[in-house]
Amino acid sequence: MIRQILSVAFLTGFLAATLRMATPILIASLGEMVAERSGVMNLGIEGILILGAFASFAVAYRTGSLWLGLAAGSLAGAFLGLTMAVLSVRYGANQIVAGLGIWVFCQGLASFMNRRLFGVTATRPTVTSLEAVRLPLVGALPVLGDTVFNQNVIVYLSLLAVPILALFFRATSWGLQLDAVGENPRAADAAGVNVSLVRYLAVTAGGVMAGLAGAYLPIGLYGLYTDDLTTGLGWMAIAVVVFGRWRPGWILGGALVFGAAEALQFRLQALQFPLPYQFLLMVPFVVTLLVVILFVRGEQGPAALTHPYRRSES
Amino acid sequence: MTMAGAGKPIKAAGTGRVSDLRPVGVLSTLAIVAVAFALGALLILAIGGSPWQAYRALVVAAFGSANGFAETMVKACPLLLAGLGVTVAYRARFWNIGAEGQIYAGGIAAALAGIYLGWLPAALQMPLALVAGVVGGALWGLGPGFLRARLKVNEVITTLMLTYIVVEVSSYLVHGPLRDPTSGITISPQLARAAWLTIVLPRTRFHLGIILALVMAPLLYLALNKTVLGFQIRAVGENPRAARVAGISVERTIILAAVLSGALAGLAGAAEVCGVQHRLVEAFSPGYGYLAIAVALLGGLEPLPVVFSAVLFAALLNGADAMQRAAAVPVPVIYVIEGLVILFVAARSLKRGVGL
Repeated sequence: MIRQILSVAFLTGFLAATLRMATPILIASLGEMVAERSGVMNLGIEGILILGAFASFAVAYRTGSLWLGLAAGSLAGAFLGLTMAVLSVRYGANQIVAGLGIWVFCQGLASFMNRRLFGVTATRPTVTSLEAVRLPLVGALPVLGDTVFNQNVIVYLSLLAVPILALFFRATSWGLQLDAVGENPRAADAAGVNVSLVRYLAVTAGGVMAGLAGAYLPIGLYGLYTDDLTTGLGWMAIAVVVFGRWRPGWILGGALVFGAAEALQFRLQALQFPLPYQFLLMVPFVVTLLVVILFVRGEQGPAALTHPYRRSES
Repeated sequence: MTMAGAGKPIKAAGTGRVSDLRPVGVLSTLAIVAVAFALGALLILAIGGSPWQAYRALVVAAFGSANGFAETMVKACPLLLAGLGVTVAYRARFWNIGAEGQIYAGGIAAALAGIYLGWLPAALQMPLALVAGVVGGALWGLGPGFLRARLKVNEVITTLMLTYIVVEVSSYLVHGPLRDPTSGITISPQLARAAWLTIVLPRTRFHLGIILALVMAPLLYLALNKTVLGFQIRAVGENPRAARVAGISVERTIILAAVLSGALAGLAGAAEVCGVQHRLVEAFSPGYGYLAIAVALLGGLEPLPVVFSAVLFAALLNGADAMQRAAAVPVPVIYVIEGLVILFVAARSLKRGVGL
């Protein structure tokens, strides 16, 4: 058993799986980071993931096009992000309650539509998920070539999003405006920034990314849809944002930790590790708990996080 | 206009202020239910079903017969107890979304007591099983409460992660050490008869736990409104800073609210195990703890109205199967309606003229 775990084949497989499992968490976390830096916490991520996953699978299955599936997942995410934005910006709703509402609504709608469209059948409908693309040159490297540089397109894009978002916040005026709205909306308003518009855009963008993260599960990973496909990934993404201190680079690190926990659980199950499978299934949740207890406590985030902005209030 | 507010400190508004979620008028609550059901009807229409047929089947199944009513109340019992638990937590601004896990912790503890304490005097067994459930749930609430109060760890994440964990624990127990070897399926042996909750309405499953749950609502009302702890919980929920200035220990209050919240959900799990299942069954709660959030919010976080929202959601749950049979409407439609209810409760501050 120990020898199996320490073998190169196991480690290569483990690293590759870590990256594959980290991807949905990374995409969703980066999206949630954008929303939270504008001052809106979207707790509905888990729901957006599952509805994004369902929408993308249903469309990909019916049309035979994975790309249309991805588009459908993003569109569902955009709609849900916009809903969250309307509730939190327009109506000044309690963001925790609104997020819970989105979560429950999506879970119900995805499950409802799944039963309606696919019913309860012995054989699950499947699609062929996106193929891994081995990058030229770097793809020939030992270990790295088989893991980091042999993934599907969404994995590469999500990794690329990390420096792009870092640059966006550090070097563009849009990024600075977004941060200003999240830190001090009144001052931003006074400086002529449209607080509502920025929040609408940020929360909707976060929704699109969560929808894409959900779409990645059937399209880029499993090739099928089940009602419990997301298993808490959305909640982990929210923990990762805080763990990553609202910074893209740190969030990548956090996503990799959670990806590793998920991958380890799958790998150990496959190896018939001598521990009841229920305990292996617990690993990612225990890791999340430990991470929030050890690293996330007391983190406050953007100053105006969860506070609706009302211009008239004195 | 733009410059008017510049430089002034931003006031926390909306989120975090529990008073935005309550109290609620009967009319606005009825309006929320009506709109949620109307949207549910649209969804049923969209899949080619008949909303009239579906909802009629639902009402008939839920209230049309003595047995139907009893079954509705059987489901209202855990919803009410867990809903009261959520109410206590949210009144203290402790966002417990892990009532489901606390139900499992309570159910597991009650099952263990009921199975292994059969040698005790019969009169002690049922009360002890319920107490075990209360303690199990309270412990599952204590952890997140302590972490939030002392270490500022976000309770939304901890309560949910503990839920995922305890659901796996219960699955492990019925597959492994607690499995009934004489049964072909993965369930625990039955609890000792003396640990079962008495049936109140003969020839139905209407058990004593339902009465207990109905009694807890006014008790919690009194606890919240007439006791020192209740006052402290409300003060902390409305304005923690002011509560601290007034000499209230915010940390202690949050921990107690979390424990009380977990204890009520734990009692829900114990009542389900001792009153309905009579053994530990994998996935014995069909999401009662999640529905309890909608139950508490629709009741405006007030113990007495929570009774009505618990019965409403129980009727939905009970009638869902009949609705599926009569009108081919998939059962998850009730979670769509539940989600809509929560969203409308969240948006209720609309009436206060908020917005840009």
